[in-house]
Formats: sequence, structure tokens, C-alpha cells
Amino acid sequence: METTSTLEKTLRLLALTLVVIFFMFPIVWIFLMSFQTNETILRIPPQVIFEPTLSNYTALITGKLTSAAGTLDIAFMKNLGNSVFLSVTSVALALVLGVPAAYAFARHKFKGSEDIAFTLLSFRFAPPLLVLLPLTQYFQWLGLANTYIGLIWVYQLICLPLILWIVRGYFEDISADVEYAYRIAGHSWFATFRRIALPLAGPGIAAAGLLAFIFAWNNFVFALVLASADKQPVTVGALAFVTSSGIQYGQIAAAIVLSVTPTLALALYAQRYLVEGLSLGAVKG
Amino acid sequence: MASPATPESRRSGFRISKKALPYVLSLPALLVCIGILIPFFTAVVYSFQRYRLSQPWARQFNWGENYLNFFSDPAFWNTLKVSLLYAGFTVVLELLLGLGIALLLQRRSTVNNFISIMLLLPLMIAPALAALMWKLMTNPGFGVLSYLASLVGLHDFRWASSPSTALLTVVLVDIWVYTPFIMILLLAGLRSLPTQPFEAAALDGVPRLFVFFRITLPMLTPYILTATLFRLLDSIQQFDIIYAMTQGGPGNTLTVFQVEAYLNFFQSTNVGRSAALLIILWAITYILSNIFIKNWLRLRERARGEA
Repeated sequence: METTSTLEKTLRLLALTLVVIFFMFPIVWIFLMSFQTNETILRIPPQVIFEPTLSNYTALITGKLTSAAGTLDIAFMKNLGNSVFLSVTSVALALVLGVPAAYAFARHKFKGSEDIAFTLLSFRFAPPLLVLLPLTQYFQWLGLANTYIGLIWVYQLICLPLILWIVRGYFEDISADVEYAYRIAGHSWFATFRRIALPLAGPGIAAAGLLAFIFAWNNFVFALVLASADKQPVTVGALAFVTSSGIQYGQIAAAIVLSVTPTLALALYAQRYLVEGLSLGAVKG
Repeated sequence: MASPATPESRRSGFRISKKALPYVLSLPALLVCIGILIPFFTAVVYSFQRYRLSQPWARQFNWGENYLNFFSDPAFWNTLKVSLLYAGFTVVLELLLGLGIALLLQRRSTVNNFISIMLLLPLMIAPALAALMWKLMTNPGFGVLSYLASLVGLHDFRWASSPSTALLTVVLVDIWVYTPFIMILLLAGLRSLPTQPFEAAALDGVPRLFVFFRITLPMLTPYILTATLFRLLDSIQQFDIIYAMTQGGPGNTLTVFQVEAYLNFFQSTNVGRSAALLIILWAITYILSNIFIKNWLRLRERARGEA
């Protein structure tokens, strides 16, 4: 089968090079842009060699943007903090709620269990605005409008179905025999769950948690509809920043770089889990 | 079941009966989600009402009027057309490109593995932020892509700010973000295929094109179907990329379902029309998601059988 001609090898190499350029170029370009002043950015033709500056990052981190029109306060670091807080707490809550439920769905075929599991999964596929638009009014009545609690609750729509279905698959893959043996030895249900089932499903729980974190971090529409400036995560904050800062392109690029670094770093650190999580266990890679 | 009374279970104070246990375990997760089911029914009610935030006093049931109005509403047909075009273009192009890249990377080697990890990165970037990145690159003033377009003779190529190229631009961003998803799924699928048919075909000297269309493609079909349906479900509901890039503009060039519903709700404050639009979108996704879930479960059973 390995009778590849030189021509084919060259074509393959060329195609792969084009693919890598297409997918990597935007990331590299924005990264370079974040170290440029507006003057170098606006130069035509675009410059690849320039004197790098950290001024965009210092402006974002200190929260003071100095331009010809005066000094402008930017709340970008607050947005970054919001993203960290919202994603971490949402995933933590989803794990606490979702892992026991996943265990129940995997180990006990109780009445209506499949229907409930499907209903939960179907949340993943419903148009988010369908729920969000009426929810704005309910949140006003409940006093949850523009609160972290309200946002964390709604973020469960992203995190819970993911965790439930991925972790359930893991529990189903583990034979229940060890658990039976442990129970017969006289241990309680909870001890069995904590000492046997949880450690065995550890990799699955990690994969699901990681993926849920990335999805929560990358979410845009939930916070766009439900949060005002002081509670917004980076996805919404960066967009608002574009309109408010006007033409500070270097800062916009730096803000994008800071916003995507956490998810990119996580992805590189744990890419094997990601691939398995992304396919929702449909493929054993 | 009479479980033996152990010191530990006695210490825990109370015991949950075996029958109730699964309910107790899944109840908290359910309760959290049920709170979110209520707005869904509210949306159904809104869709049958004449309801404008600017005229709350005129709120009343008009039954199917919101839906009936769609038939004679060119803006609705535009929404439907743009949504289908967007979903069609993105899914077909991403599928072809994703399959092509997966085939290129099929052989396990250090370089191939490294490239497949790199290609994971666009998928990890928030779509809204990806749209901002491309917005910077396609800026008519200084954008590097506008410059490159001018090099090949496309002077004044305005990307997302011109009605004739806006769809192309957002489709391009969608392809950049989501092709890796299809690629990953198909690559895992390709690598999990049994090797015997390919070895046999190689021994018999079967032409490679024939092997691809008669062996590889049919065996890969379940994976292709799963990936396609999943992307279709997401793509028909696309909001982030389009809203972050053009907010549905220029004009109403890109008012896909969710963008149009968002603008209806917050700008023209026409809650009834907004809800009716979303219910129609929901009906489409409900059908698609049922097909998807069945398909995916079958695939998962198979993967498990082989593992």
C-alpha cells in the first residue's frame, strides 16, 4: 500500500502546509498585533517586523487607556475575573449535581430514566434565546437579574448536559462487579460511590469538567442577554470594549490574546481528554 | 434487598431505600433544569400574543397571527433563506475540508499528531472572539486580509461590511472555528476502522480511488452522519459569530433566526414575533436533534462493542 510517488508526497505536503497556514495564521497575526502600537498596525503594507511594545497589555492590566482624547477607564481585567469566577463555579456546581445523577442513570434503570436523560441532553440542542428572552423577565421578578447566582444557574444549561452524558458513559464502561463486592463486604452505598466508583471514573469526570469549563468560558449569548457591564465575562466584554475604545486596535488584539489564552493552554495541556470528550464517547480514539 | 447492617451504615443515621436512591441522586440536577423549562413554556405563550414591550397595555392573545403573518412577511423569508444558506454552506464546506484533512493526517506520525493538536486550537477559541479576530484582519483600513485581497486584484474588497460578501465572510469564520471539530471526529473514526479490508484490497491491487469510495467512505458513513448532524444543529442556530461580526447587517443581509429574534426583542421590542421565530427554530432543531441522538447512540454502542 505504501507506494507513494514523489509527486503525491509533494502534493500532500503542500496541502498540509496550506491547512496549517489557514488555521494558524489568524492566531499568530493577532498575537503579533497585540505587541504593536496603532501606528505600526495602520501601516500599509502590513508589517511583520516591528519593534514590540508591551503598552497594550499594561493599558489593559492597569485599566487606564491613554489616548489623544484623554484617559479612559477600561474594565477588561474585571471581565477576565468574571470569566474565571463564572466558569469555575458553574463547572463545580455542575459536577456536584451532575456526577451523582450520571451515576444514577448508569447504574439504575429506573422508571423514566431514559426520558429524563434525553430531556436533559435535548437542552444542549435547543436555541438558547428561546429560554433566555423570557428568562430576562423572570430574573427581574426574582431579583436574579444581573447577579452571579442567576448567571451560574443558567450556565448549568451548558455544563450539566455535557457532564451528565460524558460521565454516564464512563460509569457504564466500568463493570459494576467491584462495587457489588465492596457492598457485600458491608460498606454503605455512599462509601462505595466515593471510594470505588468515583476514582474509577476519574478520567471521565476530568474530561467532562475540562470540556464544560471551555464551553462555559467561550459562551457569549447567555451573558450578553442577562448580564450588564460589571458581571460580563470576556466574550461579551471584549465586544463592548471594541465599541468603547474605538480605534485602539492594539489593545483589542491584546484583549483577545488574554481572553483566549486560558482555553488554549488547557487544550494543549489536556488534548487527549478533549478529543474523547468532544466526540461524547462516540469514538474510542 | 436486605443489606447487612454495618457499623458504618448505622452511623450514617438514615438510610435511603434502594428504590428511591436513583431519584434522590438525579433530583437536584433535574430541579435546576426544570426551572429553565418554565421560560420555554412562557415563550410558547408569548408566541401566541400580540406583545410589544413598548406597548404593554396592548398585550393580548392573537392566537396564530404571529405565525400567519410570516407567510406574507418578506423579512421572515429572508431569515429562513439566510439561515438555510448559512447552515448549508458551513456544513458542506466543513465536511469536505474536515474529511480531506483527516485523510491527510490519517497515518500516525509525530508530525501528523502535532498538526492535529495545533488544529484543535481554533475550536478552543470562543466563536465571538474568533469573529473579532477576523474583524481585525478584514478591516478595510488596515486588515491584512483586505491587503492580501488587493494584491490579487480585489481592490476595495469590503468583506463583512458589504452585502454581497458578508455571508461569505461569516461562513469563512465558521469554517475556521468548526472544521477542526469535524476533522477530529473523522480522524478518530478513520483510525478506528478495522485494517483487514484495506490489507486485502492492497493485496489484490485494487485502485486507491476505488478503495476510498467502496471501503473507506461506506465504513466512515456513521461518523460522517454524526458529525454532520451535530454541526447542522449548531449552525442553523448560529448567533455568536454573526452577531459579533456584523450584528445581522449590513441591512438585513445576515438576520438568521437567532439574530433576528434578538433584534426583534431588544430593538423593535416585538416580543410576540421574536418568540414565534424562536419556536419555529426550535421545531427545526427538535426534529434534527432526535435524528442525531438516535444516530449517535447507535454509533456509541458500536464503539463500545469494539472496545
